[in-house]
Amino acid sequence: MIGEAAVRAGCRFYAGYPITPQNELTEYAASAMAKLEDGTFIQAESEIAAINMVIGASMAGARAMTSSSSPGISLKQEGISYLAAQELPAVIVNTMRGGPGLGNIAPAQGDYFQATRGGGHGDYRTIVLAPASGQESADLTRKAFDYADKYLTPVMILGDGMMGQMMEPVEFPEPVDLSKLPPKPWVLDGAVGRPSRLIRSLLLDTSVEEDHNWKLARKYETIAREIVGGETYMTEDARLVIIAYGTAARIAKGAVKRVREIGLKVGLFRPYTLFPYPNRMIVEMSRFVKDFLVFEMSTGQMVEDVKLALEGRSNVHFYGRPGGIVSTPDEISKEINSLYHRRHLEEE
Amino acid sequence: MTKKTVFSGFGGQGVLMMGYVLAVSAMRDGKEVTYLPSYGAEVRGGTANCTVVVSDEEIFSPVASSPDYAVIMNNPSLAKYEGMIKEGGTIILNSSLVDTVPPRNDLEIVKVPANDIAKKLGSERTINMIMLGAFVAKTKITSLDSIMNGLTEIVKGKKASVMKLNRKGMDKGAEYAAKA
Repeated sequence: MIGEAAVRAGCRFYAGYPITPQNELTEYAASAMAKLEDGTFIQAESEIAAINMVIGASMAGARAMTSSSSPGISLKQEGISYLAAQELPAVIVNTMRGGPGLGNIAPAQGDYFQATRGGGHGDYRTIVLAPASGQESADLTRKAFDYADKYLTPVMILGDGMMGQMMEPVEFPEPVDLSKLPPKPWVLDGAVGRPSRLIRSLLLDTSVEEDHNWKLARKYETIAREIVGGETYMTEDARLVIIAYGTAARIAKGAVKRVREIGLKVGLFRPYTLFPYPNRMIVEMSRFVKDFLVFEMSTGQMVEDVKLALEGRSNVHFYGRPGGIVSTPDEISKEINSLYHRRHLEEE
Repeated sequence: MTKKTVFSGFGGQGVLMMGYVLAVSAMRDGKEVTYLPSYGAEVRGGTANCTVVVSDEEIFSPVASSPDYAVIMNNPSLAKYEGMIKEGGTIILNSSLVDTVPPRNDLEIVKVPANDIAKKLGSERTINMIMLGAFVAKTKITSLDSIMNGLTEIVKGKKASVMKLNRKGMDKGAEYAAKA
């Protein structure tokens, strides 16, 4: 889904190194790029090589992407930091698996901090998009390439083993006309008949680096204003709102539907941009909702962003299943039920 | 209506293909579907299973913690899933290879000697289509024609003789289910 969406978004360069549970994407990219006249697929010798190839392709003006799963994404972090520093567009897909370390190949959400805090070294952020369905994987992939070009920054699509393996019907958008994309006046395509250009991240002059850091920070503020997004489900009259993203949000949605059937006023909020985080939408809800339950397939990472957003306005509860465990809607609805009554939310 | 089905057996029995064909066929029927394969990091010949959810509405979880139906191709699969199947659910059992019957008395069990039928048809590679035919005939989750169209779409370019054999296998499986 992401592979085809990437091709239709105008991606013409893919470099990757195999790792489960995301090899379907690498495999698809291999055949899709080969079918294109101007497509390039490289199975790199390592994850580090792949991200550095993406840096090169991006400098030369291509819409470029790489993908991996948790341990492989750790290896790519240096390159992602360089992309951010050099203000280069690129799309990185992380299909999260159980960790830390080599972990396992089951769906998990333990890389939230790594993804949303930058991940590599230095003072930067990465746009992070979190799809919860096949269709949204395709839609957000298109957006990822557009955001990367618009804001000149790496964009990460953060999925998990479930999103990586599952198949669902998808309607793909029409392919992008590459000739109609905005020009990139900064690309390194040979300085024939023009002054030479330089793209670098080495800024030895501290005041120059400081200016650069503030420039990036201002850019992230603009991004936060312009692209932040989340979906609400049955929150209008809710007394308890579940906050979850990706696969966890799907399961939570099933649970919300179940507890609604027994009369519990429970809703779901599902951020699909994790950086920027939809703080304001959560604060808005807190005017009426005094209890939030964050559900993650980790020991608790996004819950910190919810607390930061709320600044003590409402109670924040947490339920987590790390390590590759995929909860059932039944399990989550039991958790909701118990919390609902513990907090006496059934009372008028 | 939301129906969850688990297909399970060992690598090489066409287990993932069965689920994939069902998913594509139901999608073409206009249903919501999810297909979730699970082949883990096991070696060739290890276990393989997949879950297909077919629904008239949005599907929340693609995982089947308590499937309505199970298509069981070998003994280990029966041991793994018999306790998980929803009360009153149905098992389509490959009785050529599975020599036990689950002790639960709430389940409907349809025995299909898929390997034996396949041998008679002249190709053991049809066992998955035999089982799928029995499954569809029993559950009516889609039609045999939809399955055939789905299969044709997936294996585009296969020889007509192979497709005919698959159709034959599917019909044989359906016959067995009708008798059961």
